[in-house]
Amino acid sequence: MTVLLEVTNLRTEFSARAGLVRAVDGVSLQISRGECLGVVGESGSGKSVTFSSIMGLVRPPGRVTQGTIFFDGRDLRGMSPEEMRGVRGRDIAMTMQDALTALNPALTIGEQLAEVLVAHDETLPTGRAARRVAIKDRCVEMLGLVGIPSPDSRLRQYPHEFSGGMRQRIMIAIALACRPKLLIADEPTTALDVTIQAQVLELISDIRARMGMAVALITHDLGVVAEHCDRVMVMYAGQVVEEGPTEDVIGHPRHPYTRGLLASIPRPAMRGQPLTPIKGQVPNLMGLAPQCRFHSRCPLAEPSCLVEVPMLSAGPGRRARCLRLEETV
Amino acid sequence: MSLLQVTNLSKQYEGRLSLAQRLTGGRKTVVRAVSDVSLHVNKGEVLGLIGESGCGKSTLGRAILRLHEPTEGKVEFDGTDVTALSPPALKAIRRRMQIIFQDPYASLNPRRTVAEIVGLPLALHGIASGEEARAITTQVLKRVGLQPDQIDRYPHQFSGGQRQRIGIARALVSNPEFIVCDEPVSALDVSIQAQIIALLLELKQELGLTYLFISHDISVIGYLSDRVAVMYLGEIVETGPVASVLDNPRHPYTQSLLSAVPEIGAKRAKGRVRLQGDLPSPLNPPSGCKFHTRCPLAIPICQTLVPLTQAVGAEHHAACHRLHEGLNLLEGAQ
Amino acid sequence: MTDATLTHTPPADSLFRRNLRDFRRNRLAMASVIVMLIFVIMTVAAPLIAPHDPNQTDLFRRLQPPAWIDGGDWRFVLGCDGLGRDILSRIIYGARISIFIGVVVIVLATGVGILAGLAAGYFRGWVDVVIGRVVDILLGFPYLIFAIGLMAMMGPGLVNIVLALAYKEWVIPCRVVRGETLAVRELEYVEAARALGAGSGHIMWREILPNIMSPVIVVSTIRMANVIILEASLSFLGLGVQPPTASWGSMVSDGRAFILEAWWVSTFPGLAIVLLVLAINVASQGLRDAFDPRFSE
Repeated sequence: MTVLLEVTNLRTEFSARAGLVRAVDGVSLQISRGECLGVVGESGSGKSVTFSSIMGLVRPPGRVTQGTIFFDGRDLRGMSPEEMRGVRGRDIAMTMQDALTALNPALTIGEQLAEVLVAHDETLPTGRAARRVAIKDRCVEMLGLVGIPSPDSRLRQYPHEFSGGMRQRIMIAIALACRPKLLIADEPTTALDVTIQAQVLELISDIRARMGMAVALITHDLGVVAEHCDRVMVMYAGQVVEEGPTEDVIGHPRHPYTRGLLASIPRPAMRGQPLTPIKGQVPNLMGLAPQCRFHSRCPLAEPSCLVEVPMLSAGPGRRARCLRLEETV
Repeated sequence: MSLLQVTNLSKQYEGRLSLAQRLTGGRKTVVRAVSDVSLHVNKGEVLGLIGESGCGKSTLGRAILRLHEPTEGKVEFDGTDVTALSPPALKAIRRRMQIIFQDPYASLNPRRTVAEIVGLPLALHGIASGEEARAITTQVLKRVGLQPDQIDRYPHQFSGGQRQRIGIARALVSNPEFIVCDEPVSALDVSIQAQIIALLLELKQELGLTYLFISHDISVIGYLSDRVAVMYLGEIVETGPVASVLDNPRHPYTQSLLSAVPEIGAKRAKGRVRLQGDLPSPLNPPSGCKFHTRCPLAIPICQTLVPLTQAVGAEHHAACHRLHEGLNLLEGAQ
Repeated sequence: MTDATLTHTPPADSLFRRNLRDFRRNRLAMASVIVMLIFVIMTVAAPLIAPHDPNQTDLFRRLQPPAWIDGGDWRFVLGCDGLGRDILSRIIYGARISIFIGVVVIVLATGVGILAGLAAGYFRGWVDVVIGRVVDILLGFPYLIFAIGLMAMMGPGLVNIVLALAYKEWVIPCRVVRGETLAVRELEYVEAARALGAGSGHIMWREILPNIMSPVIVVSTIRMANVIILEASLSFLGLGVQPPTASWGSMVSDGRAFILEAWWVSTFPGLAIVLLVLAINVASQGLRDAFDPRFSE
């Protein structure tokens, strides 16, 4: 598998009233063609900001201050805003958590789909009539692909006329309209009910297999990752703390945070046994000292942890940011 | 002995008509958010109420406390008919029946300090005032894991998990016996969620509380409930002891709900059912069995006849026409 | 915003103080506040500041130009009007009328508006319908015509001006309060208060009102500028404060007859109106920016 996206040492900072917040601090990641990478973290972990940074969507007061982003051999950070616009939507597409606010309420679904095609698709015929027919056909095809019944007539409807699950499908259809090489799905199912969530996730997996597209699935739900991703990357307080093949990471977590996260999930099978929550709270990202960010909540922490910890090898294809890895085997 | 007994409770909302609609003889739209629900909660137990958004589970919780007036039916709390109480008597009983809300941001008044928010029930019910009230408030705050020196701060100075602790303290301060927990952990991060669940269970043990725990999360419900009730479009379709319902679900909706939950670790042993389509609009619910539009097992009778609730095991009940066939979607699939 | 900003702990002071600090940072708004303060001091200390008796006529000084023009006199900096009265002194005394009427009308109207708006928004049903109809009817009349009609019926006088203006002014805060109440009453903390056994009075005054005061204060300040203009308009039309009491509106009106030969008679009181109204508007916008989260950040 060849590498599609390679990010090295990415840093994104937000200047807030009280000081500088390092929302993403030294994140490196790789996504291969056709691969599904799960990105897990709680709010404040920087998982969404990482991908907004990759997409060039961070706006002031936020700024990408460091790192390289190579996509398909091209340097995204070196691109002009115009060039970035060409990449967004055509090569990399993104879906948002809240489909209702992400879709324009004043335009029909058909118009919003056509907009993306017109902006990015050079394969459309040039004749006006032929072009219109081609666009319409593509729109119908995309809606059909994401499983919307009678797409022909629903093209003329507005976002509010669809249910939450249907809107999420429409957003996926818009994201897929130009057959991107990478789909960034930011919490695609958080706003949805379980039965609908299962439908949408299966749809993404299915389309990924058919189109050979890579997917970055951003979520806080380890269950979703376990079922749909090849590899997983766990983030905490702006840093990657553990990464590796999904089965290994979830089956044998090595970083104390990943372990704590897994132990925090209540399961019916654990009835009557006490939960072991991670104590304390996520640290304030402002003015963090260069030391392990998890140490204040970590059961393994000791004074030697108060140094900057790099990602260390933790087995084949696995890395974790912990000095006491040998104790977590 | 059951502490709470709900009998045939319904709550409907009527849409308002504009003058033009009234003149043209338009009919009022009626949403039956809760229809004909009966359930009981035993003293000292947790009844988990599970369902998807819009199924009426939150409305049911609020109708039980008469925060939303029930349209029909009866709610008995410790032998008192709550639905028939006069306003002063209702106020008095609210000391004993409390609620914890989902949204730790919207449920605390941003202009009041923690001391004022948590101390409010003491003042309202004349339990304590002044220094005494402050002492009680401090004690309760300590019990839910907050620092006593945070008592004069405002809600925006706390994180989501801490705010939820404030909400719990407010519900506890009047020494209630029964608490409706309306999705109290759904808005929280996983690691914080576990802290709050652990706290709620500790408090229940310590204070002998009884919970009606509302959630859409089967894992949470399965972990902390003694009994479970499954709701779909305003009706309870299955109810029973947690082990019995989760291990041997009898209603096809419960079965598909369980199979939709992504699992961690061990490979899924059983097959998987995918429900087709969306939740129907409660404005225009399907006839007969309300689940028939999405049910893989639906037969013609389901479209016309409302299924009766039948016993399928010890204290385990379900409402489905095909119960006696003993079908299980999970085994049939794969 | 980003999910990172959600986690940092806010500074340890109250929302109000933070808002106030935002407001202080806004230089233009602070300048406006200073202008307003100067006007307020003028009203309070008018007898001390004013160089002359505002009603002292002197026909020898009739239409005397401002000091820096030929024929002017530094003892009468802004010149004199048609009866030889000192314009500066009259502006200083006139500020009393304008600001007094502005403040009293707004306080009265806001009080009534809060009561009516809270009742309409909280109780809904027939209360809302009745108040809503009254509001609609009052809004149907053009404001000035309505006030002119009332003044014509009641006759001139300070109390009558206040009544004529407040009679309709309460509609504005009422609508704001009603709208905000409708939104806030659905919030969970209001429901929580009810679940704890709180009654309607407690909920309206203690839970809802404090949370809707910011937009009310902001709207009221904006409207105060309007009320001052309306009072000036009434006085200009001769329905306001009666001569010889100085009022900015009547001063502009008086100068109309000499506008070609003695522009200063109308212009300086006119400028005073513009300056005060502008100051109030800018200050209220600063208030809005600082206190209304929908406009800040």
